[in-house]
Amino acid sequence: LFIMESGPEWLSEEVKTGTTIIAVEFDGGVVLGSDSRVSAGEKVVNRVMNKLSPLHDKIYCALSGSAADAQTIAEIVNYQLDVHSIEIGEDPQVRSAATLVKNISYKYKEELSAHLIVAGWDRRDGGQVFATLNGLLTRQPFAVGGSGSWYVYGFVDAEYRKGMSKQECQQFVVNTLSLAMNRDGSSGGVAYMVTIEADHTEEKVILGNELPTFFDQ
Amino acid sequence: MEKHCMSSQVKGVSTGTTILAALFDGGVVIGSDSRASIGGEYVSSKTINKVIQVHDRIFCCMSGSLADAQAVTKAAKFHLSFHSVQMEKPPLVVAAATVMKELCFKNKDELEAGFITAGWDRKKGPQVYVVAIGGMLISQPVMIAGSGSTYIYGYVDAKYRPNMSKEECLQFATNALALAMGRDNVSGGVANLVVVSESGVEHTVIPGDKLPQFHDD
Repeated sequence: LFIMESGPEWLSEEVKTGTTIIAVEFDGGVVLGSDSRVSAGEKVVNRVMNKLSPLHDKIYCALSGSAADAQTIAEIVNYQLDVHSIEIGEDPQVRSAATLVKNISYKYKEELSAHLIVAGWDRRDGGQVFATLNGLLTRQPFAVGGSGSWYVYGFVDAEYRKGMSKQECQQFVVNTLSLAMNRDGSSGGVAYMVTIEADHTEEKVILGNELPTFFDQ
Repeated sequence: MEKHCMSSQVKGVSTGTTILAALFDGGVVIGSDSRASIGGEYVSSKTINKVIQVHDRIFCCMSGSLADAQAVTKAAKFHLSFHSVQMEKPPLVVAAATVMKELCFKNKDELEAGFITAGWDRKKGPQVYVVAIGGMLISQPVMIAGSGSTYIYGYVDAKYRPNMSKEECLQFATNALALAMGRDNVSGGVANLVVVSESGVEHTVIPGDKLPQFHDD
């Protein structure tokens, strides 16, 4: 005996990017990666969303948590960075972008529920990755986030080494995403990867059947 | 990081835990941490044994509520020794796992404990079974459980290979335990490892400071 809900559950559930996101720094740039699943409760409402959002030419952020909150923060910071870069007359620093994200996350921490990882390249410090969870700001060699990240903490702790090359970082990102997408129900779809360097920014999509597989698949 | 309480329903002493078992060529490696905590805030024992020998070549690892797990393993040990006297030969690993499963399933409303049962028998060689909290029983080549296991799903998926040698499997199990203990605040202490094969049983204890270190920035 149970009470019938008025309409399907997913219409009233908050839309979340239950997610896996990762960013890694290498000498000369950064690699960012994400899955593409957006869920509302049990339903997948978008299976091809690109969660790597540009904040500036050479600075991207990776979105996780509530889809609306994360997208809005990214849009606001994108605008603020445009203004800032005109004021200073040159490309903004990655630290500045991360600080703008952190300011919003911290000021509205009770209302918002999103975690953005900010990564990019600037002339002063090269490739940098910043985590802004809950309003803190910390630079790290790499950062993972989202619901899928819990399952790969062990893997990234074991596999990350300092001084990896660009190709090794890209492989590390793809492997991590694949493992997390296999275990986390809220992560899946395709993998998006962005590589940012001094002279260019490359966006790439890796389809489901091209992702690395492991012993039980 | 936000407070991510894995065993919030368990009252009293819980083995917030990491346990694992993995098959290798000719035997099985079983491992666990040694921490028992109350509510995730107080370590009530630093050296608790979670790998219980229920017969000569069959071991059970406990997770969940410590009281429930100890009660079930004690009952299972009795049932198994009775069964092996009746059959006039050592019990099969699947028999041990089934005994645990019957107890867990019949009392599913009162109990809150999960187990990994692993060992060696003459009929099928080395095997690993998991009895989940509600009483599900399945067999797999490698199994991880407990609160700390979420962090190493990615690592285990990536690094486990069937038919490893004993040394490789021991190293794999040690690394997995070390990674989980490094991330899960309710897992820790020493690493208990048991190797079961046709020739016998070997115990190893690795204290926390001798565990492999991983790059932790």
